[in-house]
Amino acid sequence: MLHGTDLVVRYPGAPRRALDGVTCGLEAGRLLAVVGPNGSGKSTLVRALLGLVPLESGSVSLHGRSLAEWPRHEIAAAVGAVSQREDTLFSLRVREAVMLGRYPRLGPIAPEAAADHAAVRRALERCDAWDLRDRRTDALSGGEWQRVRVARALAQEPRALLLDEPTAALDIRHEMELFELVHDLVRGGLAGLIVTHELNLSARYADRMILLDGGRVVGDGDPAAVVDGRVLAQVFRWPLAVTTWRDGAPQVVPLKPSEAES
Amino acid sequence: MTATRFVALVGFVLVAFAAGLSLGAVPLGLDVWADLVRGAPDGGAAILRDVRLPRVVLAFLVGGALAVSGAGLQAIVRNPLADPYLVGLSGGAGLGAVLAIALDAGGPWAVPLAAFAGAAGAVALVYRLSLVAGGRLDPYVLLLGGVVVGSFAGALMSAIITLSDAAELRSAVLWLLGGFGLASWRAVAVFGVYAVAPLAVLFASARVLDLVALGEESAQYLGADVERVKRRVYLSTAALTGAAVAVSGVVGFVGLVVPHAMRRLWGPLHRGLLPGAFLAGGAFLVLADVIARTTFRPRELPVGVVTALVGVPVFALLLRRKLA
Repeated sequence: MLHGTDLVVRYPGAPRRALDGVTCGLEAGRLLAVVGPNGSGKSTLVRALLGLVPLESGSVSLHGRSLAEWPRHEIAAAVGAVSQREDTLFSLRVREAVMLGRYPRLGPIAPEAAADHAAVRRALERCDAWDLRDRRTDALSGGEWQRVRVARALAQEPRALLLDEPTAALDIRHEMELFELVHDLVRGGLAGLIVTHELNLSARYADRMILLDGGRVVGDGDPAAVVDGRVLAQVFRWPLAVTTWRDGAPQVVPLKPSEAES
Repeated sequence: MTATRFVALVGFVLVAFAAGLSLGAVPLGLDVWADLVRGAPDGGAAILRDVRLPRVVLAFLVGGALAVSGAGLQAIVRNPLADPYLVGLSGGAGLGAVLAIALDAGGPWAVPLAAFAGAAGAVALVYRLSLVAGGRLDPYVLLLGGVVVGSFAGALMSAIITLSDAAELRSAVLWLLGGFGLASWRAVAVFGVYAVAPLAVLFASARVLDLVALGEESAQYLGADVERVKRRVYLSTAALTGAAVAVSGVVGFVGLVVPHAMRRLWGPLHRGLLPGAFLAGGAFLVLADVIARTTFRPRELPVGVVTALVGVPVFALLLRRKLA
């Protein structure tokens, strides 16, 4: 439903392209994980798919129509996204913060209707965050805050969900809860894209993985094919081994230099 | 809940109006109103109609406009310390006013118009500086550019004041500190008509300002056209503030302190904050003007002095609470 074809992006003044011929697509009910080293173009890919960076060449289409023809708020009504960082300037109540997700449907003036409050409640309940509704956003833990931000994206009632490193700085429990949540949402019919450094969880949760390096796709397909020890070691410039977890998913073990020599 | 707070705020506005109309060099009682309503006003009723009423209404409109401008500006630069005067306006306006006084430009409107022109010039310069690559309005450059342009204009102004006669200097400095001595029904009409469009733009931007306050990236993800919002809101606040300078000089701290206080009382959602700030800012400035003209009767303090004397301690308290 959301497709990028041969995307090329160069930021003004940058010596090289941030994206260099990337093609990828999101499909309903499927989770795509985008992995790669820092600076490999993962966040730029998210921004390109949302139409927020000018393309040097290539194209993005949403529901078969070029993204350029879509007004900004209609893109947001179809595609929910959670950015990598967000610092709250003024703290809101959780339900107020999630209500901001109704903007693409409400527009600037219309008052909030019962349907909007219902959508906020559904979104919070799906993210197991309804109990947080009266808390202030600056009093939430990192894990709670990320769940609320996912709920805000769900309040947009999108068909696709893009998450840019949603589990950075979360502990194991909160990270697993978030992957489980995303997994459930995608099984429920959303098209999902997650940018992450979690190679191992990606290999277990994603239906498809894309490995980026320097703005180019160097791996694309089934996790078993993309999580290749030799390729990953080259891309991340660190020795590593790949084993198999009992569910069949490949798992990456970074090696100590002493282990790499033997 | 919200309704109760609005009623309380409207009560505060009414108290401010009552104080503003009855207190002054000549205290006016209720009987004067009867005279005014009965027609053919003279004495107290004439003071009320021709002097005090326009003055109170003008102070209210200017205070409301400044507070709404401050709230809007703080959201788009994502900095709660932004004051509409900080972005170069006061420097530009001051330079315009001082030039008009030094050049002995004639007519009662020469100084306000020159101040407005100076403010507009400063805004144009800061705005141009802040448009970075790709036509983006950079909030940091906006603030820094504002401070820099303001300082430059301030330096020029100081040079002109130093080289002028003492009497001119005094009137220029007094004018810069703000006051409603120029208030008249004509000033009220000009400012009121002029302020409708920028105020409408700001009120209509309330919901999208909530998004912009989250940061540009998140705001865009939620469907906001961030660049357009920033431009629209910045130019509207500049237009309002420039006009405020023209009719009342530089009245600082209203645009800084009132949005802060209202955010604490109402929460930061702009649909409540902007109208709340308008009413509270207006009432605050009306009361500040009452203090300015009654404390050292018959002499008048510049109203900017009063707002600073009240605003600075309030602001210091807010800062302490923020740090604690």
